[in-house]
Amino acid sequence: MAEFVPHPELPPPASSVGVIGWLRRNLFAGWLNSLLTVAALYLVVTALPPLLNWAFFSADFVGESRDACDSGGACWVFVNARFSTFMYGFYPAAQAWRVDLIFGTLLLLMSPLFFKGFRYKLQLGGFILFVYPWIAFGLMHGGLLGLPVVETAKWGGLSLTLLLAAVGCIAALPLGVLLALGRRSTNMPVVQTMCVVFIEFWRGVPLITVLFMSSVMLPLFLPEGVSFDKLLRALIGITLFQSAYMAEVVRGGLQAIPKGQYEAADALGLGYWRKMGLIVLPQALKIVIPGIVNTFIALFKDTTLVIIVGLLEILGMVQNALNDPNWLGFSTEGYVFTAFVFWIFCFSMSRYSQWLERKLHTGHKR
Amino acid sequence: MAETATAAQAPSQRSDEVMIELRGVHKWYDKFHVLRNINLTVTKGERIVVCGPSGSGKSTMIRCINRLEEHQQGQIIVDGTELTSDLKQIEHIRKEVGMVFQHFNLFPHITVLENCVLAPMWVRKMPRKEAEEIAMNYLGRVKIPDQARKYPGQLSGGQQQRVAIARSLCMNPRIMLFDEPTSALDPEMIKEVLDVMVELAESGMTMICVTHEMGFAKTVADRVIFMDRGEIIEQNEPHEFFNNPQNERTRLFLSQILNH
Repeated sequence: MAEFVPHPELPPPASSVGVIGWLRRNLFAGWLNSLLTVAALYLVVTALPPLLNWAFFSADFVGESRDACDSGGACWVFVNARFSTFMYGFYPAAQAWRVDLIFGTLLLLMSPLFFKGFRYKLQLGGFILFVYPWIAFGLMHGGLLGLPVVETAKWGGLSLTLLLAAVGCIAALPLGVLLALGRRSTNMPVVQTMCVVFIEFWRGVPLITVLFMSSVMLPLFLPEGVSFDKLLRALIGITLFQSAYMAEVVRGGLQAIPKGQYEAADALGLGYWRKMGLIVLPQALKIVIPGIVNTFIALFKDTTLVIIVGLLEILGMVQNALNDPNWLGFSTEGYVFTAFVFWIFCFSMSRYSQWLERKLHTGHKR
Repeated sequence: MAETATAAQAPSQRSDEVMIELRGVHKWYDKFHVLRNINLTVTKGERIVVCGPSGSGKSTMIRCINRLEEHQQGQIIVDGTELTSDLKQIEHIRKEVGMVFQHFNLFPHITVLENCVLAPMWVRKMPRKEAEEIAMNYLGRVKIPDQARKYPGQLSGGQQQRVAIARSLCMNPRIMLFDEPTSALDPEMIKEVLDVMVELAESGMTMICVTHEMGFAKTVADRVIFMDRGEIIEQNEPHEFFNNPQNERTRLFLSQILNH
């Protein structure tokens, strides 16, 4: 009887593995692919050196005034000189530590949430979402504990951008969830209709109109002497506007949950709110993390529109600085810097959402 | 009737206490008359198998018993409480009635153990420790205690269905409804689920099973009900039902599912 001799294990051909294999698969897999690779390489080679040259090699970083900018590249001296207004707006420089403290503490509070072993995530998350905003507001506005009052009109720069975005996100998500649930409650036609009308109204108007109305039209309808803080009005407008978008994102997730999940929860006697809170929403929100973060990113960038009502967030402060006679003509530097700041935040949000998706993935459907 | 039962028949633990009563129940889906004048009385400890062709209303009937479906006419009384649109009463009945679905419907985002303790903790307000003890006990009875920390998606179909049974039992229900529990399973997994169901039947649980497993019906059922086109056509104890069906429609159905 012939003895079974296993075929010896051979290494794969050199052209399919390693650097050569990678190049073949990814850059030169067919003539079209090769052509695109070469074209892309050409673009990089022609565009990158001048760009790097402008931004770094022949740029000026230190100095006091525009006279320091004579190397022909970017004049980062401008950004340097106005940096504190870009960050804090017209917040008094002597009080800027309060803003630093608020955001520093927030980062510190949030960091344990990223560790797997931390046991009080729910409590800490609840504190950050529901308690900390009030502490932050007290610190930012002052008037307590001997802190001098800084009116909201002086708030500005990146700190205002972050404030608008954070409040918008934190308030719009729960409101959006409620609206989505309302829109799907077919057995309560009144609630359903109200939610549909709300969502369709706010989705139908541009944010810029909402802000304009809140700042110009609303005071006309209010009785004499009653005045609302301008920032508060903008915040309410942004929140209501974003909650309509959020509602539709969440509704998409709710629709993806199989009917059997609702029935199983019903059969166990969970009741509506427990069924939604324990079974349906955790699954639905997990599905729509990309959509939620997408909305957050859009909201973050939309905060720039508050310039229409005279609130100067980071872009507003940059434009304000560009009007300074001492710094005329440095708009490119200003806008590139602003774009970079926005990119850092939006990209971080995107990475966070991807991390969250991976972490919450229990691996299997149904 | 009990004398004619086969030797394999599990001992019945019936009493005269009425657990479920359906009186003249009608239901329509839009204009489609899906349940027509259903009258059924189930006593405590009784094991009932419901069979019939697809679309005959058998699933709809048992889904009416815990109000996953609403009936439009007639009365359904479960454990002394009549099902109306009163949410309190519906929730009260759902606490007492466990249900196992064709597609298991486990909650995929939490572990097997969490699936089992969720309802006892939130509905019965049981402390976690106690709920977990009960859950582990039932997971042991369905022979998968070692899978407690896994997610449902990591288990086979048969294991998932056994978890679903354990999850229902953790609520300590007085009645169990099974809606084609083995129809979505691979053939080699059907037995492990049926074994659990047989064991449950022997423990004296009041059960209504919609199933095509005629072997199961012969072994454990006290009564087999045949439905067609929304009506109960015939009901009898299993020996008589299979060997001496009275209705022409029943004969045709049995010949189709038994002789192939």
